Amino acid sequence: MKIFATYNIKGGVGKTTAAVNLAYLSAADGYRTLLWDLDPQGAASFLFRIKPRVKGGGKALIRGTKTLDDAIKGTDFDHLDLIPADFTYRNMDLLLGGSGGKPTRKLAQLLRPLAAEYDHVLLDCPPSISLVSENVMHAADVLLVPVIPTTLSVRTLDQLTDFVAGFNGRRPEVLAFFSMVDRRKKLHQEITRDLSAERPWVAATPIPSLSLIERMSVERAPVTAFASSSAAARAYRALWSEISKDF
Amino acid sequence: MTTPGLRDFVLEAPSGNESPEDLLPAALAALSQAFTVTPEVGAPRARRRTWLDTFDWRLYRAGLMLEFDQARRGGRLLLSKADGTPQAEQTVTGWPPRRPALDLPPGPVRDRIMVLISPRALLPIVRTVSTVSVARLLNADGKTVARLVADHVAVTAVAPGPAGPTAAGATAELPLRLAITEVRGYPGQARRASALLAGVPGVSHASQSVFTAALTALGRHPACYTSGVDAEITASMPASVAVARLLLRLLDTLEQNVGGVLRDIDTEFLHDLRVAVRRTRSAIKLLGGVLPADLARHYGAEFKWLGDLTTPTRDLDVHLLGFGQMTAQLVAASPADLEPFRAFLVRRRAREFRRLAAALRGPRFRAITDDWRKALLEIRDAGVPGKRRRPPTAAGLALSTTGRAFRRIVAHGAAITADSPPESLHDLRKRAKELRYLLEFFAPLHDPVAYRKVVGELKSLQDCLGDFQDSQVQREEIHALADAMLAERAAPAATLLAMGEIAAKLTLSQAEARADFARRFARFAGPAGQERFRVLLKDRP
Repeated sequence: MKIFATYNIKGGVGKTTAAVNLAYLSAADGYRTLLWDLDPQGAASFLFRIKPRVKGGGKALIRGTKTLDDAIKGTDFDHLDLIPADFTYRNMDLLLGGSGGKPTRKLAQLLRPLAAEYDHVLLDCPPSISLVSENVMHAADVLLVPVIPTTLSVRTLDQLTDFVAGFNGRRPEVLAFFSMVDRRKKLHQEITRDLSAERPWVAATPIPSLSLIERMSVERAPVTAFASSSAAARAYRALWSEISKDF
Repeated sequence: MTTPGLRDFVLEAPSGNESPEDLLPAALAALSQAFTVTPEVGAPRARRRTWLDTFDWRLYRAGLMLEFDQARRGGRLLLSKADGTPQAEQTVTGWPPRRPALDLPPGPVRDRIMVLISPRALLPIVRTVSTVSVARLLNADGKTVARLVADHVAVTAVAPGPAGPTAAGATAELPLRLAITEVRGYPGQARRASALLAGVPGVSHASQSVFTAALTALGRHPACYTSGVDAEITASMPASVAVARLLLRLLDTLEQNVGGVLRDIDTEFLHDLRVAVRRTRSAIKLLGGVLPADLARHYGAEFKWLGDLTTPTRDLDVHLLGFGQMTAQLVAASPADLEPFRAFLVRRRAREFRRLAAALRGPRFRAITDDWRKALLEIRDAGVPGKRRRPPTAAGLALSTTGRAFRRIVAHGAAITADSPPESLHDLRKRAKELRYLLEFFAPLHDPVAYRKVVGELKSLQDCLGDFQDSQVQREEIHALADAMLAERAAPAATLLAMGEIAAKLTLSQAEARADFARRFARFAGPAGQERFRVLLKDRP
């Protein structure tokens, strides 16, 4: 079981749309795939038309009174399941902190029993640096980091890679990719071109800023499913092919 | 899912005037009360499934079903319990090969079943082609919470299947099947959809799995083949009729196995055919007194010819089947040393098999089976041969022949000492086999508990005598094969040395069996054994 996580300290950078489309593409390739919507806003759950509710809330999952298995919902797509968000996830830091054992390894521990059932797990994380994100970094094999091509975003990315490099023992691989790229903006073009060339851990495929991607919230489905031959779908497919080739 | 559950339904028009398909709109209307029903994107897809088992239904008897779900390239093998619980799954590519016996590629399904089926081959039993249409059942959010699967199944019989009257290529249509499949995390919605369907007139819960329904539609019965005797005889039946029935049952078994032998599907076809021949010869010898004398004499000789004809191929099969075990016993030599021996066995087996197949396709074999059946049917239907007033009954014949056979073993075995030649044990083995056959022939007339006790001890004695003789025969054969390999210049020194080591092991095994004989014979023929036999024959059959 390979665990991927879409993560960025900043919000609104295309984490959830990436997680939803990459999970769909993984499943379409025949991999048994699980997406865990860790963001209390529940956008990924909404996009799959699944109610953002877990019986017993985050508390039951973290304390182990409910297993992750109990919370899994099938999506409309073959090989793709989802653990929905729950509004109580907003308190997940507190829950993790009070869970005993190693609080930064709790999510990894919860996911372990699913190893035989899934080939790929995608964690869609809430923005911020917190105990939740630290858990995600310890659980994940690969951190997929969407970056808007601006100077400040690149600076944040460097902060993240430094943070991960400071981990003792096992560290996730980091693969950044440009998101919400506006080809009309010169700065976007320059940063995309230069950074991809300079840093091998930045994917070559950018995800463009397209209204069709925003339309996902109307269609309530991955753009790769409802407009599979669109430019947006092609971009996600190219990104997924880069990811699946490398990892 | 191969077994019906509470969410599997069949559509059968109650009036008989409308086709089951006419009921589909009513089923959809019922579901629309709670769900938005929308067809799955894409045309109805074809699903090709083949169920597999050995000729003697070993998987079915073990409570298992093996299904091959064919895809464009290869497909999936699904092993499940009879109740549909999945056991193992294996994706296969480039399979099945275009031959009747299917060698399973390595994987979890093979790991699970080889111990059950070996050395038998898997055979296709029944094939179905389904046209599957799927509709999604959506909740108020437009989320798929269950699916309705409509399955139009056409069944095709397969040859050489494990018996049954249906000819290969025969086809049948099954009633339209509907199933509600659950989406993970939404069990309540699937239950609700099932309840709505169950309330539609003409829709009923499926009582059979697709596999069982397909077999039924073709007039086949699972586990219809057995190599056992199980003839329909009764105690009061005239002895000649009972013997004719026994011999007809043995002839059926023999003929059921000829096709598999000729196609060389697996070695058990020849084994079962030989057992049927041996039983026939014993029945003619021990019970033939109730048949016309010239008939018994003639067919006694003919079945001896048939038995002798099959011996060389079977002996070579036995060597090849035990080859792995044989090489594992080597201490001084390496398994590779025996490879030329194996290659020699394979070549020789191919030669002997050609000879056997030619004879089984020839006029003498055909005449034996055809004329023998005619003669036996006449006896069975005539009832009593000759002009006896009170013909012997099956019970009388069983009592006299079984008792005599037992007494003969007791006397013969008691005379065997440590100094007796090996032939005396070989001879006792034959007598023990005859007794075993008599017990099996007349099994329906005996008390089952007493029967099991006697047969259990007899089997233990037979195993010992079998080990003793088989070790000797195999050792002698290895010597003869070594000579033949030398004559063909196919025997490297290392191979001959390894064969010598195997022969030495066989000598040790034979000595062990001999050492164990006295104990096993005492258990069978001692006071307790005699009492067991007395109970078996007392007032019975």
